[in-house]
Amino acid sequence: MQTWMPFLPERASSLSGKVDALYFYLSGVTIFFTLLISGTLIFFVIKYRRRSPYEIPRPIAGSHKLETLWSVIPLLIAMSMFVWGAQVYFEQARPPESPSEIFVVGKQWMWKLQHTTGQREINELHVPVGRKIKLIMTSEDTIHSFFIPAFRIKTDVLPGRYTTQWFEATKPGTYHLFCAEYCGMNHSGMIGSIVVMVPSEFDDWLSGNSSQQSPAIAGQQIYQSLGCVSCHGANGEGGRGPTLAGLFGGQVFLTSGETVKADEAYIRESIVNPQAKLVSGFGPIMPTFQGQVTEEQLLQILAFIKSLQVANPQPATPATGPMAPAPSAAATARPNLR
Amino acid sequence: MEQQREAGTLGMWVFLVTEIMFFGGMFFAYTLYRSKYPQAFASASNHLSLPLGAINTGVLILSSFTMALAVYSAQIGKRRNLIICLVLTIILGLSFLGIKAVEYKDKYVDNLIPGRLIPGRPFNAEGVHLLPGASTQNVEMFYWIYFAMTGMHALHMVIGVGLLSVILYFAVRGRYGPEYHNPVEISGLYWHFVDIIWIFLFPLLYLLGRHLAHGG
Amino acid sequence: MEEFTLPAPTKVNYLNAEYGLKSWLLTKDHKRIALLYLGSVTFFFFIGGVYAMLIRLELLTPQGDLLSSTTYNKVFTQHGIIMIFFFLIPAIPASLGNFLVPMMIGAKDLAFPRINLLSWYIYLAGGLITIYALIAGGVDTGWTFYAPYSTTFSNSYVILTGVGVFISGFSSILTGLNFIVTVHTMRAPGMTWFRMPLFIWAHYATALIMILGTPVVAITILLLAFERLTHVGIFDPAVGGDPVLFQHLFWFYSHPAVYIMVLPGMGIISELIANFSRKNIFGYSFVAFSSLAIAVFGFLVWGHHMFVSGQSVYAGMIFSFLSFAVAIPSAIKVFNWTATLYKGSISYDTPMLYALGFIGLFTIGGMTGLFLASIGLDVHVHDTYFIVAHFHYIMVGGTLLAYLGGLHYWWPKISGRMYPEGWGRFSALVVFIGFNLTFLPQFIAGYMGMPRRYHAYPPEFQVLNVLSSAGASILGVGLLIPMVYLIWSMRYGKSAEANPWHLPGLEWRTPSPPPTQNFLVTPVVTWEAYEFAPPEEMEVVGRLRRESGLDEAPIRG
Repeated sequence: MQTWMPFLPERASSLSGKVDALYFYLSGVTIFFTLLISGTLIFFVIKYRRRSPYEIPRPIAGSHKLETLWSVIPLLIAMSMFVWGAQVYFEQARPPESPSEIFVVGKQWMWKLQHTTGQREINELHVPVGRKIKLIMTSEDTIHSFFIPAFRIKTDVLPGRYTTQWFEATKPGTYHLFCAEYCGMNHSGMIGSIVVMVPSEFDDWLSGNSSQQSPAIAGQQIYQSLGCVSCHGANGEGGRGPTLAGLFGGQVFLTSGETVKADEAYIRESIVNPQAKLVSGFGPIMPTFQGQVTEEQLLQILAFIKSLQVANPQPATPATGPMAPAPSAAATARPNLR
Repeated sequence: MEQQREAGTLGMWVFLVTEIMFFGGMFFAYTLYRSKYPQAFASASNHLSLPLGAINTGVLILSSFTMALAVYSAQIGKRRNLIICLVLTIILGLSFLGIKAVEYKDKYVDNLIPGRLIPGRPFNAEGVHLLPGASTQNVEMFYWIYFAMTGMHALHMVIGVGLLSVILYFAVRGRYGPEYHNPVEISGLYWHFVDIIWIFLFPLLYLLGRHLAHGG
Repeated sequence: MEEFTLPAPTKVNYLNAEYGLKSWLLTKDHKRIALLYLGSVTFFFFIGGVYAMLIRLELLTPQGDLLSSTTYNKVFTQHGIIMIFFFLIPAIPASLGNFLVPMMIGAKDLAFPRINLLSWYIYLAGGLITIYALIAGGVDTGWTFYAPYSTTFSNSYVILTGVGVFISGFSSILTGLNFIVTVHTMRAPGMTWFRMPLFIWAHYATALIMILGTPVVAITILLLAFERLTHVGIFDPAVGGDPVLFQHLFWFYSHPAVYIMVLPGMGIISELIANFSRKNIFGYSFVAFSSLAIAVFGFLVWGHHMFVSGQSVYAGMIFSFLSFAVAIPSAIKVFNWTATLYKGSISYDTPMLYALGFIGLFTIGGMTGLFLASIGLDVHVHDTYFIVAHFHYIMVGGTLLAYLGGLHYWWPKISGRMYPEGWGRFSALVVFIGFNLTFLPQFIAGYMGMPRRYHAYPPEFQVLNVLSSAGASILGVGLLIPMVYLIWSMRYGKSAEANPWHLPGLEWRTPSPPPTQNFLVTPVVTWEAYEFAPPEEMEVVGRLRRESGLDEAPIRG
């Protein structure tokens, strides 16, 4: 991996230059103050060296002016670093609109990735230049961390939760992928490559690998085989269970009175711990699927649910039973659709 | 001497601050999981014995009163009263521990000791009425926190009873009077502190979601 | 300036007042306890150093060929645990602090001498349990013990090591308690708060952190141990727990802990700079208050270890802002120390060399901390060698150098002997060079992307690693030399007088080594800290010197 500049990794993402600019600023300030302080130290230590064994210099108590000066100036410099760092961070933390998504599952000691078009990769990720890509990541066991130095991004990968990060690759090439959170015996072996390709080459690569199912299709198969159809309908139209079509991204009204957003984490939780957030108007009858689905399968189900559009919205039938509210116009609760 | 008295008192206050930080970590874990699993926590809390918890609270508050009387008696030099009050405080402390032991035994019988700590009696939340939305896994979490916090508190009570027994021994020997009673005072500080921890524990552990149990 | 007239080294001092193992193991004398600690922390430092040597040997080559993966993981874990909990946290406060805090304020001993001895035994118990765990098979979780690896996946002696660390934490708490009460209640008449040496202010601030922070890591370790035993799900998400909760609880202590490690060092530097330039510290009250500010702010920034752990953006912003704020008091100290040298009378003794080294290296270490406070940058360098380099600049370039400087400075007081000055200066230079060669390349390797805790790495990082290992061997030699000559000097060193450096501090107004009760007469303090001579006297002395032609270089003004 050749770097065009010593001491820096390659710049291969839209963010790399911005992070490097911040780095240069901080390095410059550090070098400046280091030289200033050490230079002053050396100068004073030579100029004011002891010349006679009994001399006693006149004491100088201090100077409020100087104290203010060297409190305020560092504070201002620090604030500039804070603001600049915050700006770079906001860009890193906020994925852009409509990115392409890639699912990542980390486990001891490998990375499993899947494109929405179905390609699976292990320890490697092929992406085209210029496309905004969002990684949706989780771990099967310990905490890992998905680190691409050339893109200047890193986010921890946690079991039981989804974390996300995004990037836009700007330069074709092959770059390091490292696990950056100690995870046991083969932590230093949990490495791979990000292969950035010119779009035409990427399409070639894609078509050469198209025999695999898209995660959404795989998710639909799991949805059917686990019996989700019986309560949620073959196309997520609902029934004994809440409607899933058009659910993703909207608001959900819960029995407890709260309203939550139906994001990736909500959907995952509803499958492994359905009682945690009961949808208003429905009873606690959904069984948990924890232990029956792997993280990858959960991601595939997620992809399927995301793909469900609102075709013909049917009113969901509230459950009968002890939890059902009295059937009155106001009280017939339905999950709020987007 | 004055400086030693000051030093002893300050030392005890500083030590109590460290105890606050120590229990604080557990209170933080409790707060986090309660807000995550409110239904499970309420269900589990309802299953605790409110009468026993309330009696224990009364017992401890009373014991702090007798302890304060003990310190006062030492200050004014009434040796007999000091001894009576110390004995009462110790008895009340032991009663607290006894009632706690009864509660723990009930948990043992109901298979509510978390994990597989008791061979042959793994945790089983069958006896607990689950409110809607509660999962047994999180009920187990509540019991884990319950045992950790009340267990740590009980350990401090045992230490407190031991401490007071030592003070009682010296009180009987006539060591304390208006000129010298600092050990009684700082033991009092420790005892009040252990009481205050319980005052926080009781509502957080026993009074969660009682409103849900009755008519929710 | 009042000068107590002292006889030649007194026959009876704290070292020879009583003989026999029992007199040492059951002592209540803070000075003897300080020596007990000095011996034990040196022992643990040695063990931690051996682990460091193994790490640097392994990293000479990109392949993991010297040690197996699991062994390497245990080695870096144990290097961290031993160095942090059994060396860096106790070294300065429990050896130099224990020795000097009573003396500097004119007291006979600490407030609770028996608790002081108990704290040493607790430290030793914790240390021995940990050593037993290491011998039995070791622990491989990283010194940070992150869940769920430590609760569910590691097959090593997590609980046993945790118990050792848990127990030694009480030693820290008791030492802190002792210092706080001593400073509040045992100052000699006339020793007001603002006449105290800055060494005392630094240790007071450290003691505050010790008592507030250590209990939290104690409970964290307990919870970790119980989770590992019972799997109820406090931290393990597979059973409903939250692994990030562990990180919050852990770092709530472990960030302030780094200030426990560095504040006493800063206290030493204040002493060295002032005394070896024969001037009071410029801006005394600012330096004093900045110690307190660091202690307070230090409790508010723990989230900066968790910027990429999945915290909310807004939590990250707050922690970033506060992390910048906590740097300012340290900057104020650096500027004040530098200003103290202005128009001073500076000697180049070994302690001063270490102090100067500290200021330079701490500046670099502290400013690289700003890189980490800036989230945009931290995202890239987190968990890389950049972090490793940053904290070693502070811990070794800062704390260790301060410790060595202080040890040399007070060596005549502690042992009654002078160390060989030539060897002292030489090893200071070797340490400085070796240190920089070891850790400067790591900043570069980190930014280039080399992750930490890797025992095999891509070949392009090899040159930097070889440089670093070469530096480490030089550093190692530089650290061994003082061990040798300090021990040598205890027998063969030149006898030291009461005040060999001719300084005004209270600790110098009693024989070297001091008698057990420190002062033959309780001092009454009528002078300010670092007052080399009261102003009126200086005028008179200056005039007399000039008139009699005694000095070519009279009092500078």
